[in-house]
Amino acid sequence: MIGDGTIPALPRGVRLREDQARGGFTLMAPERVLKLDPIANEVLKRVDGTATIAMIVDDLARTFAADRTQIDSDVKSMLQGLADKRLLDLTADD
Amino acid sequence: MTDDMAIDPPLGLLAELTHRCPLSCPYCSNPENLDRRSGELDTGTWKRVFTEAAALGVMQVHLSGGEPTARPDIVGITAHCRDVGLYTNLITSGINVAGAKLDALADAGLDHVQISFQGDISDRADHVSGMQGSHARKLELAAQVTGLGLPLTVNAVIHRGNADRVREMVQFAVDLGARRIEIAHVQYYGWALRNRDALMPTAEQVRSSTAAVEQARADFAGRIVIDAVVPDYYARRPKPCVGGWGRRSLNVTPAGKVLPCHAAETIPHLTFPNVRDQSLSDIWHHSHAFNAYRGTDWMAEPCRSCDRREVDFGGCRCQALAMTGDAAATDPACQLSAFHARMIELAETAVAEVEASPLDTEYDYRRFL
Repeated sequence: MIGDGTIPALPRGVRLREDQARGGFTLMAPERVLKLDPIANEVLKRVDGTATIAMIVDDLARTFAADRTQIDSDVKSMLQGLADKRLLDLTADD
Repeated sequence: MTDDMAIDPPLGLLAELTHRCPLSCPYCSNPENLDRRSGELDTGTWKRVFTEAAALGVMQVHLSGGEPTARPDIVGITAHCRDVGLYTNLITSGINVAGAKLDALADAGLDHVQISFQGDISDRADHVSGMQGSHARKLELAAQVTGLGLPLTVNAVIHRGNADRVREMVQFAVDLGARRIEIAHVQYYGWALRNRDALMPTAEQVRSSTAAVEQARADFAGRIVIDAVVPDYYARRPKPCVGGWGRRSLNVTPAGKVLPCHAAETIPHLTFPNVRDQSLSDIWHHSHAFNAYRGTDWMAEPCRSCDRREVDFGGCRCQALAMTGDAAATDPACQLSAFHARMIELAETAVAEVEASPLDTEYDYRRFL
């Protein structure tokens, strides 16, 4: 399960791409084109394979001057959903 | 429909780079009248097609065939697709790809590999593919794909000879390290229609294989994604074939014809434009073939007033034609179709006799006619 020290990473074959024809950003994956809402895009932009969940949440709370508890819950739920679809790797921080 | 802005751009392009293939599966999705090597598009034309596709809004390209790696320019084509921003899927038989060729494709930026598996038991699988030793070679490629960290999809086409092994196929894919498996029941047109009596599963097999998919989804949650295509002949509602005609995707044949779906050439009154003569954008927006069944204006009853008309878009045009003689009719997979009962009857007659062993099934294998 996902925790504060978990490091999310996009596996090979899953990547962010701007969609010039339709606008916005998408997550490209095997047989999937997921249109990202602006919030999901802000989260995934911070998934670089080194940042922990806590670091990503801190950065989002600071950047958007928003409630950290709410962001923490939203980010964990969104990233766990992607991991369940094999679109994200989760590794424990050690 | 002449206003370009009123037509959404396509998301995906299926590029049938060649119809040549070392396998001869009896349900091959290629047309019965296969394109020969001499008629195939050259490298430069394919590259132009992919450049135009990216500009048109295509996000993903499926490099398919036949066996796409039978083309000596497959690495250069893959690199070009990545250069113009496309996500590249390789849809392969898995034969003659392992080793230096896959390494070169990975270096060129290939994003994803989908390997067709004809089963999880080698002698049964080889009997379906028509090639001795094919299963072992697929295993070798799968190991190399996952070893490189590339995402692997197992494509499992389901029919009477393997419908009892859906659970085992999912386990097999998990053991290979696949992130995704397609459990796709055979769609009956072209080669598969020729072989319908040998491929059609029994109603009991359909029930148990559907239950096996649900059980596997629960048991393997988070380990593998299972995408399942339900069998039309036992369905109550049709599938939105290719997400709606001329709505989300397009297909380019080895000789350059542009089709709304890979089976569209079975509709004889349509003429399909060619990338040698016209731009992809022109074809997508303005050709008669793409506008013929686009949207809902072409529909007759019961589709026209149906509240699902923009959910399933009337189902598959090719199947409607094959079973009713009218490509604009409701897909007989829909229980509202007047031909629905006939479709069920066909399925039931096809499986009057089931072979003692899948190895005894005789197929009319795909070949150059």
